[in-house]
Amino acid sequence: MKRLLAITTAMALCTSGAMASDSVQAEIDNPDQWVLQTGDYANQRYSKLDQINKDNVGDLQVAWTFSTGVLRGHEGSPIVIGDTMYLHTPFPNIVYALDLANDGKIKWKYEPKQDPDVIPVMCCDTVNRGVAYADGKIFLHQADTTIVALDADSGEVIWSVANGDPSKGETNTATVLPVNDKIIVGISGGEFGVRGSVTAYDMNTGEQVWRAYSMGPDSDTLMDPENTTHLGQPVGADSGTATWEGDQWMIGGGTTWGWYSYDPELNLVYYGTGNPSTWNPAQRPGDNRWSMTIMARDADTGMAKWVYQMTPHDEWDYDGINEMILTEQEIDGEERKLLTHFDRNGLGYTLDRVSGELLVAEKYDPAVNWTTGVDMDPASDTYGRPAVVAQYSTEQNGEDVNSTGICPAALGSKDQQPAAYSPETELFYVPTNHVCMDYEPFRVSYTAGQPYVGATLAMYPAPDSHGGMGNFIAWDNINGEIKWSIPEQFSVWSGALATAGDIVFYGTLEGYLKAVSAETGEELYRFKTPSGIIGNVMTYSQNGKQYVGILSGVGGWAGIGLAAGLTNPNDGLGAVGGYAALSDYTALGGQLTVFTLPD
Amino acid sequence: MNKKLPITLAALLIAGAAFAQDMALHDGPPKFGPDDPEVKAAYEEDGRWYTADDLPTFNIEDDGTIDWMTYSGFRRYHSECHVCHGPDGEGSSYAPKIKFSAVNMDYYDFYAVVADGRKKVDAAENSVMPAFGDNPNVMCYLQDIYVYLLARGTDALPRGRPKARVDKSDVIREDENNCLGT
Repeated sequence: MKRLLAITTAMALCTSGAMASDSVQAEIDNPDQWVLQTGDYANQRYSKLDQINKDNVGDLQVAWTFSTGVLRGHEGSPIVIGDTMYLHTPFPNIVYALDLANDGKIKWKYEPKQDPDVIPVMCCDTVNRGVAYADGKIFLHQADTTIVALDADSGEVIWSVANGDPSKGETNTATVLPVNDKIIVGISGGEFGVRGSVTAYDMNTGEQVWRAYSMGPDSDTLMDPENTTHLGQPVGADSGTATWEGDQWMIGGGTTWGWYSYDPELNLVYYGTGNPSTWNPAQRPGDNRWSMTIMARDADTGMAKWVYQMTPHDEWDYDGINEMILTEQEIDGEERKLLTHFDRNGLGYTLDRVSGELLVAEKYDPAVNWTTGVDMDPASDTYGRPAVVAQYSTEQNGEDVNSTGICPAALGSKDQQPAAYSPETELFYVPTNHVCMDYEPFRVSYTAGQPYVGATLAMYPAPDSHGGMGNFIAWDNINGEIKWSIPEQFSVWSGALATAGDIVFYGTLEGYLKAVSAETGEELYRFKTPSGIIGNVMTYSQNGKQYVGILSGVGGWAGIGLAAGLTNPNDGLGAVGGYAALSDYTALGGQLTVFTLPD
Repeated sequence: MNKKLPITLAALLIAGAAFAQDMALHDGPPKFGPDDPEVKAAYEEDGRWYTADDLPTFNIEDDGTIDWMTYSGFRRYHSECHVCHGPDGEGSSYAPKIKFSAVNMDYYDFYAVVADGRKKVDAAENSVMPAFGDNPNVMCYLQDIYVYLLARGTDALPRGRPKARVDKSDVIREDENNCLGT
């Protein structure tokens, strides 16, 4: 009943009549469907379906498969509305509508025409994290930043709009978030000196409603010097330029290519911003606000209510774009609205999502060493700031100096691959990387549309550990503790799914779909799909039967960094290349595999 | 200015049309070993090494110390190139093993592809190399990146960060500054 109350309250707050959020919420409330990439507005990736459960998941079988026809990294997942599945591909971003009532027959196919020049501007493979549904429309945000609204029944284009300019390095990999009568979208290109922004378009016309930049004057960042707060204090005037030197903020990064969540009661949208550019910290003195920041913005106006910068003056490329998972939990005897975020920097944050108060900041991988922790004392001058360990500070060590043994590596203790949350166990299930790096920054110059990086990296499995490059963990966000941890040979680059069947699903880079006990992490099922998995597990029900779907298709950052294996400089020359290469386990592919229980 | 640069540019104009051969042929295995005269260093000039045919190459001392250009190439490669071509020139799920391309293409063809880019877009492939011609972070260091990949492709240099290097020469520093306009 709690959820119903929430909807009623949200409706009472809305003034402009019927809102798509309500209809989307109604679709989400039907657990037979998978309406958004994130499962729901809260990004919990939790399903109430329990036909497949911890007692029978070992009997799981492949029900059907579908080849996407594209051989690139397949991130995201299909969505299901009614009897139709909508399935996207990496570049060229084909969308298929599959008729589940008719053996998956293709109802329609949409293939955009995009200039292939966008391909090399996309950092790290041509991935796309999928389509979204609202009010009879399918929304696709293409690689070239074109946003298209398709008629869900026919695949016809209702409207389309260009959000950015690929010739300047602006591209897209993310899904969109339908909220109220708007579509909220982000942008990629932090390695090309793009200034990140979030934009809202009218869901019915494609007209731009608001745009909020990650840095710049208040009129660009949509911040109120008095009423927008950072850890409870007003941000002050032009906070988006005040911590930059000169005009560097104009090519300042802080891109917004991750996930978006939404609280209908508060009417706030939550997301994180990426790294400041360049990767050479000496070229951008100051805190570089508001890169690396958790943002809470009004869905209708874009105005920032509160912000929290996790990694001021980034020195390691720890993008802050990972998902914000919204939960209602008891903390110190009080029921609170929480936001939990597993940052690339290796810290798991729990905040009050109403006020932006920082409650917990703890390492979710014991290997993390660049910081000794976050100052949690509100009276302190450095409240909310991570204490940087000098040895691992690429800023303090300086340009042209190689800082070694930094954990995590630039790809973070976790990248975009989303975690799941089970309200039953109150645990978060987190796919992680267990990789460290050497990092040497140096001077670079900016050319529009060209890479703007400025550092050399070498990455290797976390030393003095199990030798693998990943873990799949269960996390307690109230106490800031790992409950259990499953070592994995490769980084876990697949989004997790938790269900009411007391199980959690995730994929591995070798291509396994795995099911584990939500309580203990004990492995209950595995099946090797045709290619490595960087997609996210989803579930739906059709004709009273529960299905679990996963995209295979190795690629993304994982396919680039791990294809040839990683080397550990600490092992000496003899062992170089001794670490397993992903290419020994899997090859390119592009396939959906759907599982169910035998009849 | 690097006095070799005018030669390079002239050759680039001639070679521009010739590079459009199938890159897959260049993917490996490498045509030469590290001691082949095609790649072996014959002489040094102001900190840069050249083959007997006056083409840029790497130099590795008996104790493993590498020349500045090769080291600089290691750094620049892992800033500009590795997000597609993978660590150490080893290739990825996205782009070919460029360490072999450096060995199997000649210097001028390699130069032309980096400057002009190339495309292989058809039903089976979506492979695009961007044009880096106006990117000083690449073009001012292209000789560095080339000799580094040559050292990798001939297996003269193992994977990972090079252990020891000689320092940057004054001439190289001056040429860099001229090229970057700083």
